[in-house]
Amino acid sequence: MRVNVTVNGEARSADDVWEGESLLYVLRERLGLPGAKNACEQGECGSCTVYLDDVPVCACLVAAGQVQDREVRTVEGLADGETLDPVQEAFVQAGAVQCGFCTPGLVVAAHDLLRRSPSPDDPEIREALAGNLCRCTGYEKILDAVRLAAAKRGA
Amino acid sequence: MRPFGYVSAPDVATAVRVVSTEPNAKFLGGGTNLVDLMREGVERPDTLVDVTGLPLTAIEELPGGGVRIGALVRNARLAADPLIRSRYPVLSRALLSGASAQLRNVATVGGNLVQRTRCPYFYDHASACNKREPGAGCDAIGGVNRNHAVLGASEHCIATHPSDMAVALAALDAVVELESVRGTRRVPLLDLHRLPGETPHVETVLTADELITAVELPHLPVAAASHYRKVRDRASYAFALVSVAAALHVREGVVTDVRLALGGVAAKPWRAHQAERVLLGAEATEEVFLRAADAELAAATGLPDNTFKIELARRTIVATLQELLTDGSAA
Ligand SMILES: Cc1cc2nc3c(=O)[nH]c(=O)nc-3n(C[C@H](O)[C@H](O)[C@H](O)COP(=O)(O)OP(=O)(O)OC[C@H]3O[C@@H](n4cnc5c(N)ncnc54)[C@H](O)[C@@H]3O)c2cc1C
Ligand code: SF4
Ligand code: FES
Ligand code: FES
Repeated sequence: MRVNVTVNGEARSADDVWEGESLLYVLRERLGLPGAKNACEQGECGSCTVYLDDVPVCACLVAAGQVQDREVRTVEGLADGETLDPVQEAFVQAGAVQCGFCTPGLVVAAHDLLRRSPSPDDPEIREALAGNLCRCTGYEKILDAVRLAAAKRGA
Repeated sequence: MRPFGYVSAPDVATAVRVVSTEPNAKFLGGGTNLVDLMREGVERPDTLVDVTGLPLTAIEELPGGGVRIGALVRNARLAADPLIRSRYPVLSRALLSGASAQLRNVATVGGNLVQRTRCPYFYDHASACNKREPGAGCDAIGGVNRNHAVLGASEHCIATHPSDMAVALAALDAVVELESVRGTRRVPLLDLHRLPGETPHVETVLTADELITAVELPHLPVAAASHYRKVRDRASYAFALVSVAAALHVREGVVTDVRLALGGVAAKPWRAHQAERVLLGAEATEEVFLRAADAELAAATGLPDNTFKIELARRTIVATLQELLTDGSAA
């Protein structure tokens, strides 16, 4: 099938897509957007988190056939040109990135959290990021990054 | 994953017709369980009928005070709905205790109800599993069974049903509406799932071509004071070892109304009728709560790895009822 989908504000299409492919595969392999990562492919790690019609989802469990005519926003679509989103900036400044595999998913999840709740307390941050696993950082720096991003956005 | 056909159903009539005529077709909801199982080769449908475009996304108040929930309502939206949060807080809490935000945004009510077990042997093709391959045996029984059932299990299967939402619905006397080419029927949630017996691969009373279209909650004043408590290996994002959905009303120290259901203990959400019988009309004291829990769990049996669940269930029942009693909501 041909999949038509708006990605990061741009109308995109991909041909010969098999409906059983995941949205993650379409993004990475067909549309050249490797930001969302492929780690567990089971919905467990959140590395593949993207916005689908403005809500964060695990792209690895969304069938390609289901994204027809819908809107996707990936981590690549968060920055404004060369200017990073405050969440991205905060991850860099707080040192919340080690191997970086979990980062794109966490950035999208944190971005969504701060849109809904501009100054979340720690339990709220923990709950919002519970679907994103990180094997490197121990999460403390990630929490720092989210607090920092909240402060930046508020400033 | 092996090849399969894909149809996006424009209306309910088309959805049920395609599933009843195409051989080996399945409905596709949010896909958070089915896509995973297809990737693992456990589910092997030839045709997927995507139902997420169907107009079954309303949450409506019914005349008489109940609520009707469309089967395609996403879990996140249901949890956040003001009507649900005020009248049936146990349902909202159960939903929020399940999966992760990303998954709740996608998962549907229908898919959640009939999601399949998380028994690791069910996923692993190298293991014997009666549910995946009838007659093959059950490797969980002599294997690692910490997460398995202590109520209603059989010598053929000891898997549990993983849904948190369904446990709340079991406590709330929910009714499920089903649609097929043969018409509409309504099944109490408590009769939807089956115990394994000799046929663990038959998990519900749904026929393969029946679509869940809605869940209805009755008017249930006691549910305004209700709670969901889930015990698991980490504070968030894990399936329940044991969970309790409870609603309690107490007047002058006496239980005047109660609903109690258990999760993580059986192949179906387990309504604790025995415990309710002990509680109704009795004094609302810890001693009575314990007696009620014991009555329910008298029939429980454990294996070496999961016997701890019986005591855990007992304590969790008591703690949940105590919480409702002491936070004042039950009065
Ligand atoms: C990592 C992870 C963690 C999770 N943790 C939890 C947890 O802690 N607690 C919990 O409760 N759940 C948990 N889940 C499970 C999750 O809640 C389910 O996967 C989800 O609810 C299934 O809904 P869906 O719409 O995605 O179903 P799908 O995957 O689309 O479908 C599941 C099944 O339902 C059938 N189906 C779908 N819709 C209908 C319908 N309308 N009528 C008839 N049949 C239908 C499909 O054919 C399929 O067999 C977790 C899942 C993952 C991946
Ligand atoms: S407990 Fe049930 S699902 Fe698990 S291996 Fe045994 S038969 Fe299969
Ligand atoms: S790759 Fe999608 S959740 Fe892990
Ligand atoms: S930085 Fe390596 S997984 Fe998070």
